[in-house]
Amino acid sequence: MSTPIETDVVIIGAGPVGLFAVFELGLYDLKCHLIDILDRPGGQCAELYPEKPIYDIPAWPEISGQALVDRLMEQIAPFSPEFHFNRMVAGFRKLDNGRFEVETDEGELFHAHAVVIAAGGGSFQPKRPPVPGIDAYEGTSVFYSVRRVEEFRDRDLLIVGGGDSALDWTLNLQPVAKSVTLVHRRPEFRAAPDSVNKMFAMRDEGKVRFEVGQVTGLKGENGQLSAAMVKGPDGEIDIACDRMLPFFGLTMKLGPIADWGLNLHENLVSVDTEKFETSIPGVFAIGDINWYPGKLKLILSGFHEAALMTQAVKRIAHPDQKLVFQYTTSSTSLQKKLGVK
Amino acid sequence: MTKISIVAFDSTRFDVDAENGSTVMENAIRNSVPGIEAECGGACACATCHVYVDDAWSEKVGSPEPMEEDMLDFAFDVRPTSRLSCQIKVRDELDGLVVHVPERQA
Repeated sequence: MSTPIETDVVIIGAGPVGLFAVFELGLYDLKCHLIDILDRPGGQCAELYPEKPIYDIPAWPEISGQALVDRLMEQIAPFSPEFHFNRMVAGFRKLDNGRFEVETDEGELFHAHAVVIAAGGGSFQPKRPPVPGIDAYEGTSVFYSVRRVEEFRDRDLLIVGGGDSALDWTLNLQPVAKSVTLVHRRPEFRAAPDSVNKMFAMRDEGKVRFEVGQVTGLKGENGQLSAAMVKGPDGEIDIACDRMLPFFGLTMKLGPIADWGLNLHENLVSVDTEKFETSIPGVFAIGDINWYPGKLKLILSGFHEAALMTQAVKRIAHPDQKLVFQYTTSSTSLQKKLGVK
Repeated sequence: MTKISIVAFDSTRFDVDAENGSTVMENAIRNSVPGIEAECGGACACATCHVYVDDAWSEKVGSPEPMEEDMLDFAFDVRPTSRLSCQIKVRDELDGLVVHVPERQA
C-alpha cells in the first residue's frame, strides 16, 4: 500500500466534463486529482473523434474533439490538476473522518473530501464486431478509431457501419485512401442525412463503393488483411482491402463503480438536479454517466452540472466558510487565481 | 399466460409460460436461456437480445420500429426475421410463438 495522496477532490474520468470540473472547483480553491483509463486527457473526444468537428459547444461554431480538449487543458492549467492515466478506479470507501478513500488498480490511494464521477460511458471500449478471427488483425489492419489519418493513406479501405462515424470517415478518408468501400447491412443509415447524401453523390461519381451486406469473415496473413467476405442480398462476395474500420458503437461498461452501492438507473448513476449528488452523500456524478429526469447527454449539460456540483463540494470541504458567488469577469480574487491579474 | 418457445443455438428448447405484456427477452432471462445477454436491460440500447423469429410467426410478430432497426445494425448475422427480443411483447395472439437464438450476440 502506498502513502495516500491527500487532496480535496478526486475526479474519475478526464473527459471534457471532468476537465471543466477542475476549473469550477479551482475557482473555489479546491485541488483535484484525476484518474482515467486512457493514456491522455480528453476521454471520448480524444480517443474516438479527435479530428471530428463538434458543432454544439457554445461560442464555438465548430471545434474538433482534440481542439476542445486542448482548450480545456489550457483553461484549467492555472489550477495545476494532477493526472493519473492508464488507471482504473478499483476500490472506494468512506473513512471514519468523513473523507473518502479511492484506490486505483495500480494500488495508489487518494483521500479526498468528495469524489466526482465524470466517467462518461464508463471505461468505454469500441464494440468489436463478432467476426471470427478479427482479433488477429486488430491494431495492424483493423482499427476501431482513426487516430491518424496518415495510417490510411493510399490504402484500400473498408468501412463498416451505418452511423455518423462510418459516414463521416467515408467522406473524410476518401481523398486520402486509394479506395474506400462502405459496407452496411441495409441501404438506410442512422447517420446525418446530409452525410448520407454526400456519400451517395460520391458513389455516383465513382469515388466510393457502397455495398449492402454484413462482414462474415476476413482473409489475410500475419495480421495483414487482404479481403473481407461480405454477405449481401445476392450472396457472398470478397472485397479486397488492407485496412478495415468497423464502427459498431461503444459498449458501456460502468466497471467497478457499479459495486459501490450507488443507486443506478439502467447502468447510469442517479443524481439530484441541485447538486448532482449520488445516493452516497459526498459522491457526485456529472456528464454522460449520470441520470436524472430530462437528462441530455451533451457536453454542455456536463459543464453546467460541474458548476452546480462545485457549490455543494465547497460546502463539504469548507463548511465554515461563507460561499460567495463571484464572476470571473469582475472578481479580482478569481482573476488572481486564473493568473490574469 | 401465453405459451412461447425460445430455442437456444444448441437446439435446446425452452417452453415458457409467459405473462401477457412481458417481453420475450424478460422470459428468456428469467429462464436462463443461453445466448440472450440483454446488456442494456431492455432499453433498446444494445443488440444483445437478438433473436430470429420463426418463419411461421414472422408476420404475426411484425417488423421492428425504426429505433430497433437502428440497433439491429450492431447485431451479428442479421436476417429478415431478426428482432430484438426486448421489443417483442407477449400477447394472446402470440400463443405458440417460436423464436431462435443466434450463434452469438454482438
